[in-house]
Amino acid sequence: MKDTLYQYILGIADNCLILGQRLGELCGHGPSLETDIACTNISLDLLGQTRSYYQYAAKAKGGNATEDNIAFLRKEREYVNVLLVEQPNTDFAYTIARQFLFDVYHLLFLNELQSSTDMTLAAIAKKAIKEVSYHERFSSDWIKRLGDGTKESHDKMQKAINDLWTYTDELFHQTLADEAMIIAGIGVETSKLREAYDQQVTDILTEATIAIPDTKWFQKGGKKGIHTEHMGYLLNDLQYMQRTYPNMEW
Amino acid sequence: MAAKKNWPLWEIFVRSKNGLEHRHFGSLHAADAEMALENARDVYTRRNEGVSIWVVESKNITASNPDNNGELFEPAQDKIYRHPTFYDLPDEVKHM
Repeated sequence: MKDTLYQYILGIADNCLILGQRLGELCGHGPSLETDIACTNISLDLLGQTRSYYQYAAKAKGGNATEDNIAFLRKEREYVNVLLVEQPNTDFAYTIARQFLFDVYHLLFLNELQSSTDMTLAAIAKKAIKEVSYHERFSSDWIKRLGDGTKESHDKMQKAINDLWTYTDELFHQTLADEAMIIAGIGVETSKLREAYDQQVTDILTEATIAIPDTKWFQKGGKKGIHTEHMGYLLNDLQYMQRTYPNMEW
Repeated sequence: MAAKKNWPLWEIFVRSKNGLEHRHFGSLHAADAEMALENARDVYTRRNEGVSIWVVESKNITASNPDNNGELFEPAQDKIYRHPTFYDLPDEVKHM
């Protein structure tokens, strides 16, 4: 049971860590000072949430587990984030599209997690939901601005949505840990969030004059530790210091 | 990036606590008022500085001309009697 809880927490937290890392790459490289700070603020929110989850995961795992070695010392196959969040920043349209497609899901998810029978997870969700509400507002706003902006911004946003759409289905796949935690009253039934997700995403994209892609085939694997080629490079950056100087402290 | 150059400048006023007045915090670029509010939230209130934000497009502010400082401000310099500092305050008046 404890190991299943550990796996379940990773399934939530790894999304936050990896997306936070991706957004952190923009620090000093955002398209403008204002959007640069906005993206890194979101990154820090996500890393803060990650810490709360990993501290709890370390407790569930016991032994020598700490939030740091969970974050920094796992192998690629042991990270169970969805493929969507590890996709590269590419350009601002991709960064925003990825953020938006995740934020809508994240907000629906946390809303349900608030009523988990696990008090720690419910408390983390309650705190995080305020941050994520802002993330969703920020990314939706930019989807509309770019989608319904100039021809160039529209085309770039449409391309980003077309390319990232194939990663959205995986958000609603339930792992074995998910199933066990749902039965225990702890986990969120993500498959049930699908309808609301499709509705909200369609509403915003329609307002942004972005066409819904008619993707027939969807990517999956992240939740089982099978990642896209981008993940190795990301982890190389993320883990570099701990791998090079084991046990270093800041 | 051509469009970014056209983003107008906005002046940002933040109230740090209920009951205090809004103070000028700085300026930033944004396409419209709504974006200016979001940018101001991210740039100026990320360390818990504020409870309320006002944004005003900079072009809407009319400023005094520094060339006119002589006629505008100097006449007040030798009229220190306009400060209410020339009478004794009774002890009973605690907050003045």
